Amino acid sequence: MNKVENNKAWFLVLPVFLLVAFSAIIPLMTVVNYSVQDIFDQNTRYFVGTEWFRQMLFDTRLHEALLRQFMYSFSVLLIEVPLGIGVALLMPTKGKGASLALILIAIPLLIPWNVVGTIWQIFGRADIGLFGWAINNIGIDYNYAGDPVDAWLTVLLMDVWHWTPLIALLCYSGLRAIPEVYYQAARIDRASRWAVFRYIQLPKLTNVLIIGVLLRFMDSFMIYTEPFVLTGGGPGNSTTFLSQSLTKMAVGQFDLGPAAAFSIIYFLIVLLVCWLFYTTIMHISRDDR
Amino acid sequence: MSKSRFGLIAYIAFVLIPIYWLLNMSFKTNEEILGGLSLFPADITFDNYIKIFTDPSWYMGYVNSISYVTLNMVISLLVALPAAYAFSRYKFIGDKHMFFWLLSNRMAPPAVFLLPFFQLYSSVGLFDTHIAVALAHCLFNVPLAVWILEGFMSGVPREIDETAYIDGYSFPKFFIKIFIPMIRSGIGVTAFFCFMFSWVELLFARTLTSVDAKPIAAVMTRTVSASGIDWGVLAAAGVLTIIPGMLVIWFVRNHVAKGFALGRV
Repeated sequence: MNKVENNKAWFLVLPVFLLVAFSAIIPLMTVVNYSVQDIFDQNTRYFVGTEWFRQMLFDTRLHEALLRQFMYSFSVLLIEVPLGIGVALLMPTKGKGASLALILIAIPLLIPWNVVGTIWQIFGRADIGLFGWAINNIGIDYNYAGDPVDAWLTVLLMDVWHWTPLIALLCYSGLRAIPEVYYQAARIDRASRWAVFRYIQLPKLTNVLIIGVLLRFMDSFMIYTEPFVLTGGGPGNSTTFLSQSLTKMAVGQFDLGPAAAFSIIYFLIVLLVCWLFYTTIMHISRDDR
Repeated sequence: MSKSRFGLIAYIAFVLIPIYWLLNMSFKTNEEILGGLSLFPADITFDNYIKIFTDPSWYMGYVNSISYVTLNMVISLLVALPAAYAFSRYKFIGDKHMFFWLLSNRMAPPAVFLLPFFQLYSSVGLFDTHIAVALAHCLFNVPLAVWILEGFMSGVPREIDETAYIDGYSFPKFFIKIFIPMIRSGIGVTAFFCFMFSWVELLFARTLTSVDAKPIAAVMTRTVSASGIDWGVLAAAGVLTIIPGMLVIWFVRNHVAKGFALGRV
């Protein structure tokens, strides 16, 4: 669609700009301000320049949290995207069954994040939770509160439970937009099930998958509440992701300067990765058409 | 065909069983919960729910949560509607940058903004009010709302705008009388997403409130006390937080499929 050039349109954007400026630019400036100062109390503060940034960039805690974070976010995407597409393909296309399946699958998305943590906290316990009890009874020693690997897998499973529905529903809506004639043509050509998926369904899903992958990446990269409720970041540091380390530093130890420097680095990483994702995906989808 | 039916049912079971477990627990007494595993409550008790509905410090948590979620929904829609229209219809200086900047706020990790928000809202005297949480949630909901609405609005042909102007409609009149009814389902979907993300968020809501506007999610931490965790009440409170979401999704069920694609299929 050709857009008309009109700079008066800024007046329509102004409310959003002011609102987001109030809730984003002012706080961000505060963070920048903190990041270059050493703060003892309200009146005693010294300018330290890039000291905190240097300290944070060489901080092993940050490196470890970052590595854990990337591993986590990529595992999340690797599991949730194919599973979500799979579920969307299985869903009935019309009738009562379709809306029922839609509603049931959407439920985890609408549960407050701390309740998601609570659900899995209970569900995974060996004494009162069905899941923990069942796993232990098969003979696998499972204890998310004591074993780092179990804790990590539980957080991952919880995320798959919680967020695969988003991908599934996105893909479901993408599939609904494919006209029936495409399938008819494929049937006439005797296309295999795989060919139908690869050349008809997948291209049509690109748009929604871009949204899905971006949203899932952003949200998994800032995950805080669920692991916090489940294990508090433990055992050890096995489920301490970036947000968790940051909150510990800022609210727990009240190291405002380093925490602020950490925040800025964190934010820049998110921006960078999202931008990379966005441009690559845009590139691929342009090639496909 | 039956194989795919089976796969779907298995997935839905995977989704529902943890929730069922919470529901199951909420009808049990603590003795029964800790006494051993059972698939059904032996004798159903409503004590956990009664406790929540008779104690103001419990049920006010729900009232607070719903208040700020509703406020957030209204604010987000009011500011996002004109902006989305501008993005979908006009070219103007810095439009692309503005759009990416808005989206970048959706990417901002809440933990980054935690402390500045606390100080900002304390200094303007909004700490522990519903509006503070509603405004804080605008940080991620407004960009999303603009994004979704822009998708829906771009689906409406320009000719409609032009015809309306030729017919003598002013911009506000056209926008309210003609345009908004045309993207009704888009607005419903946007409201749904704003509700969803505001309802499930805890970090800001907990940090910006202490007593008067404390959200239910923060109240739930009360069940942990020196004598251990009150599992039954915790489960009941959890079940009650799921219900508003289910009601909302029931209302928008016919638009969900389209809406999840954010108008972009």
